[in-house]
Amino acid sequence: MSVTYLEAIRSAQERALETDPRVFIYGQDVGVFGGAFKATKNLAAAFPGRVMDAPISEDAIVGMAIGAAIEGARPIVEMQFADFSTVGFNQIVNQAATLYFRTGVSCPMVVRLPSGGTVGGGPFHSQSLEAIYAHYPGLIVMTPATVEDAYSMLLEAVTLDDPVIFCEHKLLYYHLKADKLPDSAMPSGKARVARMGRDVTLVTYSAMLHEALQAADELIEEGWQIEVIDLRTVKPLDTDTILASVARTGRLLAVGEAWPWGGVTAEVVARVTSEGFGLLDAAPMRLNAKDTPIPYHPDLWATFRPTAETIAARLRQLLTQ
Amino acid sequence: MAAAIKDEAQESEKLAQSVPLPVRAYRVMLRARIIEEKLASLYRAGMIKGGVFLGKGQEALSTASTIFLRKGDIYGPCIRDQAGRLAFGDTMLDTLRTYFGSAQGPMRGRDGNIHRGRPKEGSYAMISHLGSMMAVVGGGLYARRLRGETGAVGVTSIGEGGTSTGAFHEGVNFLAVEKLPVVIVVANNQYAYSTPNSRQFACADLLDRAKGYGIAGHRTDGTDIMACLETLEHAVSAAREGGGPQMVLASLLRLVGHGEHDDASYVDANLRKANVGRDCMEVGAQEITEAGLATVADIEAWTAEAQAEVEAALSIAQREKGPDPNNEDWRAISTERLVDGCYDDEEEDA
Ligand SMILES: Cc1ncc(C[n+]2csc(CCOP(=O)(O)OP(=O)(O)O)c2C)c(N)n1
Ligand SMILES: [Mg+2]
Repeated sequence: MSVTYLEAIRSAQERALETDPRVFIYGQDVGVFGGAFKATKNLAAAFPGRVMDAPISEDAIVGMAIGAAIEGARPIVEMQFADFSTVGFNQIVNQAATLYFRTGVSCPMVVRLPSGGTVGGGPFHSQSLEAIYAHYPGLIVMTPATVEDAYSMLLEAVTLDDPVIFCEHKLLYYHLKADKLPDSAMPSGKARVARMGRDVTLVTYSAMLHEALQAADELIEEGWQIEVIDLRTVKPLDTDTILASVARTGRLLAVGEAWPWGGVTAEVVARVTSEGFGLLDAAPMRLNAKDTPIPYHPDLWATFRPTAETIAARLRQLLTQ
Repeated sequence: MAAAIKDEAQESEKLAQSVPLPVRAYRVMLRARIIEEKLASLYRAGMIKGGVFLGKGQEALSTASTIFLRKGDIYGPCIRDQAGRLAFGDTMLDTLRTYFGSAQGPMRGRDGNIHRGRPKEGSYAMISHLGSMMAVVGGGLYARRLRGETGAVGVTSIGEGGTSTGAFHEGVNFLAVEKLPVVIVVANNQYAYSTPNSRQFACADLLDRAKGYGIAGHRTDGTDIMACLETLEHAVSAAREGGGPQMVLASLLRLVGHGEHDDASYVDANLRKANVGRDCMEVGAQEITEAGLATVADIEAWTAEAQAEVEAALSIAQREKGPDPNNEDWRAISTERLVDGCYDDEEEDA
């Protein structure tokens, strides 16, 4: 028996519905159809009246979840693609994100964003928007990279009293597998050392973790040990774990699939540089997608985003500095 | 050279005008149906990357929505408008090039499938976010008005599901306030992906919304090309003559999945048997043959001609190279000196 990343997300929602009567799911085609990616398959039948199809109205979808959260419900909202969440952006960043600070009333909702690039996805079905949500105070932003995290972090997200932007990577949906769902989990907000190493600290998250691990494998053959850190949540960002690692390695590379201006990798480099400058033996580096919309053609896309190959090249460059 | 091309264009236009309108429309529908069948088989063969979203069953409405447009008009198509695109001057070659991501295509591999257009020629390239083309087409028409140009019309289409977006509402309200010469074609195909109309809107009749916006509304049978032509001819001229925005509501059924990955098993079998479930190609063929405008043999010949056209375009598009990532300029703005080149330097160092 094995379980995929997508099944983990479905199972977490099933468990949340089972164990907490306040939970409901709202989004386009999530009902009988089970969602565009089947992340809510069979849930509408199992939990009548608690898994509902929404009109194509992202602003209203998020707005309704906020109102329900104020009244004590625990809504999980599915955006059909992360890219369409920009249509509900105002409700997320101005309503949900400010509520607790303004009124002292918290806003316990989860917005699931099927994120990231896939072959042929193109400019509007590929986006990684974690940085733009992390920019706004008042939101927790999760970016699980493993089946175990997809499950346990989503379960935890539902229990949190604050709005959570849950960035799940579409490229991992069907292919990433684990033997079983986890019984216990690291709490969100803590980064994980996914692989120990002596020579470079490579900080990444979401699907890029797997490219990074592959790059680290390549470098082993050249005698280099790369320590790979999976951020798990990008907000809050676990600076301590990163700094502790850089203290051992003296070198930092931050890798992300999102656009380069600002963003998670920039934040990681900024924090390490300002808080751990003395730990560094070389200038820190980062690697991101290119500063263009996400191209459709598979060859352009393969060059557009970081891959194991380009990560390995950047690591070699950092190691010879 | 330029003059020769112009003569040729005028010649073919004259020729086109001499063919009866229903026949011209039917032949566009047929070309759309046939290229979409090819797209479906290419998708099944794994030769198209990403999704394929077809307009089977919506060819009549889509064709009628642009067949009355002229050069200089603006078209903002939506998902199921292969036919309307062809009627507005899109080619089979551009269609296939975009699906294959050919560097020679209008999108140069940067965008694909239905997200194509040539904005300079009035064919706007839709983004995926439903509803967002309403205001953009309106803005194009507004600019024409500012320049003192009159006579241009815009057509933009959307599914019934897309009318639930804030963008649709804001867009149509703006079109109405500015009394812009635009036709909004709403294809009510009963479903938005799997979502039936009962979960999409609560009004008894979507056309009532036209009243709410303060614009003219027209109803048509989307399965019947003759009805669509009549309604759209009227709506386009009303817009062109200063009557402000015209909303056309057509009822029909999408006769394929939402995309080719989808078996559409959620579609109510009764709807398939009802009037909305009729195939507009069959209805159209019957109408033009019964009217004596064509024979069955004519239709067979046109079918063969369209198939040959697809094969010819395919043999070109399939051989063309995709863009070369190493020779791309990877530039998202046109002002070269303001490109934030910092990231390129990182690349070069690597
Ligand atoms: C703002 C927005 N939200 C979600 C989507 C995802 N999506 C693509 S097509 C579609 C259904 C569209 O239904 P409808 O407007 O009725 O057009 P049809 O597919 O029936 O032609 C959805 C939900 C989108 N494109 N844009
Ligand atoms: Mg529809």
